Amino acid sequence: MGVVALLGLLAWGLFNKGEGGLGEGDPVPVATLPTLPAGEMKSLEDYRGKWVLLNVWASWCGPCRDESPALEEFEQANRGDIDVLGIDTRDLTNDALKFLSRYGISYEQLRDADGRYADDLKTTGVPESLLIDPDGNLAAQRKGPFRNLQDIEQFAAEAIAGESVSVQ
Amino acid sequence: MKTALAIAAVLASIPAILPGTAFAAEPAGGGGAAPQTSLPQLEGEVMCPTCGTLLELSHAPAAERERAFIRKLIAEGKSEDQIKDALVAEYGSGALALPDDDSINFYAYLLPLLVFAAGLGGVIWGVIRWRRNRESAADDVGPPSGPDSDDEARLERDMARFDL
Repeated sequence: MGVVALLGLLAWGLFNKGEGGLGEGDPVPVATLPTLPAGEMKSLEDYRGKWVLLNVWASWCGPCRDESPALEEFEQANRGDIDVLGIDTRDLTNDALKFLSRYGISYEQLRDADGRYADDLKTTGVPESLLIDPDGNLAAQRKGPFRNLQDIEQFAAEAIAGESVSVQ
Repeated sequence: MKTALAIAAVLASIPAILPGTAFAAEPAGGGGAAPQTSLPQLEGEVMCPTCGTLLELSHAPAAERERAFIRKLIAEGKSEDQIKDALVAEYGSGALALPDDDSINFYAYLLPLLVFAAGLGGVIWGVIRWRRNRESAADDVGPPSGPDSDDEARLERDMARFDL
């Protein structure tokens, strides 16, 4: 009886493992979070009608440091076509602010202090990036860092090319 | 009078002799007489922001940053409560490993105690009721009654038959 219960538990675990992340086309969860530096409250709803590259990061994350310059370069080169939005998660405010200053990050940032939003997004670590279409649905997802600018451009090609925009 | 003045002079000179002691007793953070805390003590009471474990069990990069943050606050003379408040402000209420006794989380402690007390009360009540029922059942039975008249007549007949 115990063995059967154990096998059932293992099977349940295996089946549930497959439901790990958001799927392409799924609506991306929305949460209202404070901006970084603090001052406003914003959410993905404020970006509805635009392509968004959502980058989840933290200052203590080495790969986040590595990809930051390329993300900043991408944002400056494609401003108007796509908004880059940083989500600083499970991080100390001062560490995050120093990070932004050190790497010259100018795109908007929201602060996810307790990591709840990162959990809602079903991220498994940092950095992770989500390409979100103008309707707020997931177009693509990257678990792990971008290697360079070309890598980001390839990831966000659909947005940069100005694909169909259908705001409801 | 001279003796009293001498004693007063000696007492007044103690902080000057031991300046480190005098200043170490006063937290720099303006916490007044707030009790000092230590990193090892706090590590067992707060959570690592990324690992889902106590801070003392983790050496993840985020945990190391949290440790550095706590060390800084300790150096500033902050009390345990002030440090915990700062951690909650940075990481949310999940930063605390133990429920906060002035919040709804207090019921995490209270509820099991209430359930245990209710269960214990139920068992005691059941035992008392069972004993009462048993005693009243015994009272209802009363002293053993003697044989009725038919039995007595039959007994007499039998005894006469066997010449007893």
